[in-house]
Amino acid sequence: MNAPKEAGLAERASALQGMGESRLRKEDARFIQGRGNYVDDIRMPGMLHMDIVRSPLAHARIKRINKEQALAIPGVHAVLTAEDLKPLKLHWMPTLAGDVQAVLADEKVHFQMQEVAIVIADDRYIAADAVEAVEVEYEDLPVVIDPYAALAPDAPVLREDLAGKTEGAHGRREHPNHIFTWEAGDAAATEAAFAAAAVTVKARIHYPRVHPCPLETCGCVASFDPVRGELTTYLTSQAPHVVRTVVSLLSGIPESKVRIVSPDIGGGFGNKVGIYPGYVCAIVASIVLGRPVKWIEDRVENISTTAFARDYHMDGEIAATADGRILGLRTHVIADHGAFDACADPTKFPAGLFHICSGSYDIAAAYCQVKGVYTNKAPGGVAYRCSFRVTEAVYLVERMVDILAQKLGLDKAEIRRRNFIRKEQFPYTSPFGFEYDSGDYHTALDKVLAAVDYPALRAEQAATRANPASPTLMGIGLVSFTEVVGAGPSKMCDILGVGMFDSCEIRVHPTGSAIARMGTITQGQGHQTTYAQIIATELGIPSEVIQVEEGDTSTAPYGLGTYGSRSTPVAGAAIALAARKIHAKARKIAAHLLEVGENDLDWEIDRFKVKGDDSRFKTMQDISWAAYHQAPPGLEPGLEAVHYYDPPNFTFPFGIYLCVVDIDRATGETKVRRFLALDDCGTRINPMIIEGQIHGGLTEGFAVAMGQQMPFDAQGNLLGNTLMDYFLPTAVETPKWETDHTVTPSPHHPLGAKGVAESPHVGSIPTFTAAVVDAFAHLGVDNMTMPHNAYRVWQQLRDCGAAL
Amino acid sequence: MSKKIVKVNVNGRVLEKAVEPRMLLVHFLREECNLTGAHIGCETSHCGACTVDIDGRSVKSCTHLAVQCEGAEVLTVEGLAKGGVLHAVQQGFYQEHGLQCGFCTPGMLMRAYRLLQENPDPSEEEVRAGMSGNLCRCTGYQNIVKAVLHAAATLRAARAAAA
Ligand code: FES
Ligand code: FES
Repeated sequence: MNAPKEAGLAERASALQGMGESRLRKEDARFIQGRGNYVDDIRMPGMLHMDIVRSPLAHARIKRINKEQALAIPGVHAVLTAEDLKPLKLHWMPTLAGDVQAVLADEKVHFQMQEVAIVIADDRYIAADAVEAVEVEYEDLPVVIDPYAALAPDAPVLREDLAGKTEGAHGRREHPNHIFTWEAGDAAATEAAFAAAAVTVKARIHYPRVHPCPLETCGCVASFDPVRGELTTYLTSQAPHVVRTVVSLLSGIPESKVRIVSPDIGGGFGNKVGIYPGYVCAIVASIVLGRPVKWIEDRVENISTTAFARDYHMDGEIAATADGRILGLRTHVIADHGAFDACADPTKFPAGLFHICSGSYDIAAAYCQVKGVYTNKAPGGVAYRCSFRVTEAVYLVERMVDILAQKLGLDKAEIRRRNFIRKEQFPYTSPFGFEYDSGDYHTALDKVLAAVDYPALRAEQAATRANPASPTLMGIGLVSFTEVVGAGPSKMCDILGVGMFDSCEIRVHPTGSAIARMGTITQGQGHQTTYAQIIATELGIPSEVIQVEEGDTSTAPYGLGTYGSRSTPVAGAAIALAARKIHAKARKIAAHLLEVGENDLDWEIDRFKVKGDDSRFKTMQDISWAAYHQAPPGLEPGLEAVHYYDPPNFTFPFGIYLCVVDIDRATGETKVRRFLALDDCGTRINPMIIEGQIHGGLTEGFAVAMGQQMPFDAQGNLLGNTLMDYFLPTAVETPKWETDHTVTPSPHHPLGAKGVAESPHVGSIPTFTAAVVDAFAHLGVDNMTMPHNAYRVWQQLRDCGAAL
Repeated sequence: MSKKIVKVNVNGRVLEKAVEPRMLLVHFLREECNLTGAHIGCETSHCGACTVDIDGRSVKSCTHLAVQCEGAEVLTVEGLAKGGVLHAVQQGFYQEHGLQCGFCTPGMLMRAYRLLQENPDPSEEEVRAGMSGNLCRCTGYQNIVKAVLHAAATLRAARAAAA
């Protein structure tokens, strides 16, 4: 007899389009009609355009800058150099990593394409002409590109501005080109584990320098109002509130008079976390000229100067028993940070969360040490679609486990099964001190192996290997990863001293619709859709009538922004808890309206009803109206709440990925025959959006593993800073993705959600490498360096005598 | 620089404007015509974010001069919907989650619009090849392919119904 009632409830629940629904995206309407509002779409009355004079050399002294000819061009308003910024003390700026960075090159340049001067003109064409007309005379200095060479005793000193500074932001500097040494884990215990182990393996794993390369480059429109003393800047930022704080500190304008707006953002992937000289220059130019100034970098500038990622040279070691039980893990890393340390990491972690490198495995002893080094390359070191340095960490441990498996002749699935942290060990404290919240790795592994019929794949591979006439080599890559995201607990994580909480403010209007404002900012993740779904489920308000706003510091509550998969783990929790505050007040109002005690009420989807009497209830809509004209005595009118969420811990999403490749023995081309990604991100808010994020992350991982690199010649010239050279896969090269999931909620997150968008990037890169290397495993190859493009793979074929 | 008069039909409206001969079409559309749908991702013909339709062909407007459009008919993403009704390609991208940040989307839509006229019943592989001049950094293309196939089916059904 309950069936119709149940159906009615289900209908009511689905009308809300809440959590778990593949709700179509609210943001799409504007984007499919060309009505997005990206930074370059913004125009202001009287707006001028800025362009940047950049260094052609990687290391040189600036002898002379001649602005005359540029200033003579009609329509040019100003040409500014470091000399002009000096009186304002803005020629250098602090970086997020505790270093300083030249806003405009001060006496010398440290990397190719470094900002040397800016020109401001009536339009972008005139500005480009003026850039050409600025004459700069340089005197070459010796260039250092190799980070190992940078630490040689007689290496040229790159950062003369730091002369005599033996203490850096992260401890002692041992060499003029040394930035920091950071370590984690237990060196002595690890040494003991290695001494006692039956088997050890060691390898140098290089993670090349790459660039996030979102389709929209970085830029801003700065507008200083000299009468009001107010600065408004539209800016491509993944963290507008942090930008506001920094701009206020740098400019001396009170934070209350600085407004930073991140409008629609054309993809970020870490590229838009940093604060770049271009932004600072545009702001200064606007203050100096009293007019709005637009700066939009072009693609070459984007790849060359704003935020590279990775560039880790990792020496990995594993100690194990003869049957493949891992006893110890150790790694020493040389991290090439470029000319200024402008990594975007939580303050206490100059190597980010690299110490997640014990991965999904139960390892008793582990130790890691990371040395940051200056070279004549652009600064950056951002998390390219990952949480701080987690991609490097996962790559290291997954490579090392495969190398161990090959040495022991163990199957790559079996070695993982033997070493996984078991379900009943959670919460699990890693040898580096992370407390993994939840996981079930064995179930996920079994699901993937069954889905692809793993034994059959291995049998096919054996047959291919046995056939000397086979035109292809077949490789199977299998990877398990554990991410650490949702930075983070403010006791551990801060940026410039600001704790890495996040925030939400919800207002329910009298007629029952609502607005939520957030400290995060979407760059394609679909926050306007998914955040509304959380509120819909928590408060019984249809997501259709919930507006979500982010990115404007003058309206949104302070938050640390969107990167490191922190939106759902941190801001998502803030939403839930803000909504629960409203829910608690709504219960009081409902009790008042129904003249019963609060405990006499049950919550059901979108209403409070009197226990045992279905006919007496108040819907959220009734309650909203009442909140504004009939609030119970002693209760403030209105229905709104703010919550700042400081997470108790990180979250630890995980996954198992499997890839099958066929390598053409004649050309070295790698064909991805199959790729299955199983992700566990805990509670799933919008499966459609999750799936889309996974496709995107896998594709970015494919790009990194198979083609992206930023090669430099000995003079420090970046050989590949256009989309001609820098690999962004098209629809033709991109493999077809298969996805699956398990759900292991996070026990400490109010919704059980863990975050997802970066897992596929973190997990897929080692999977591609594993598959390519596995194709060569029977030939004695246990590691290859990315990117696995056809030429490099062909070289490996040739070296093994396997080329046709 | 002396300006030249260019007369061009944009989204059904004839415009006459004085422009510098060196002005790129994408800047003409975005800055002179206030049509900011076409985006700039590279300015080197690689990304396709600036794709528009000129006289029945897909053109990357970042490497095309405004003055080359004298007498031409240009269609941009802003002209796709008619009378408040979305075009099938727009509907397809919405239904199949064919976009995330939206930056590539106008170019993708304009390319899909033309592709489906060149080949009304494409296979998945043909869609991938036909869209390969347009880069997307967010979606991994899988849902874009679905979106284009969705639109192809809608357009074929509409044609069948009309016949
Ligand atoms: S901007 Fe035209 S192809 Fe990239
Ligand atoms: S949706 Fe972001 S580039 Fe395609």
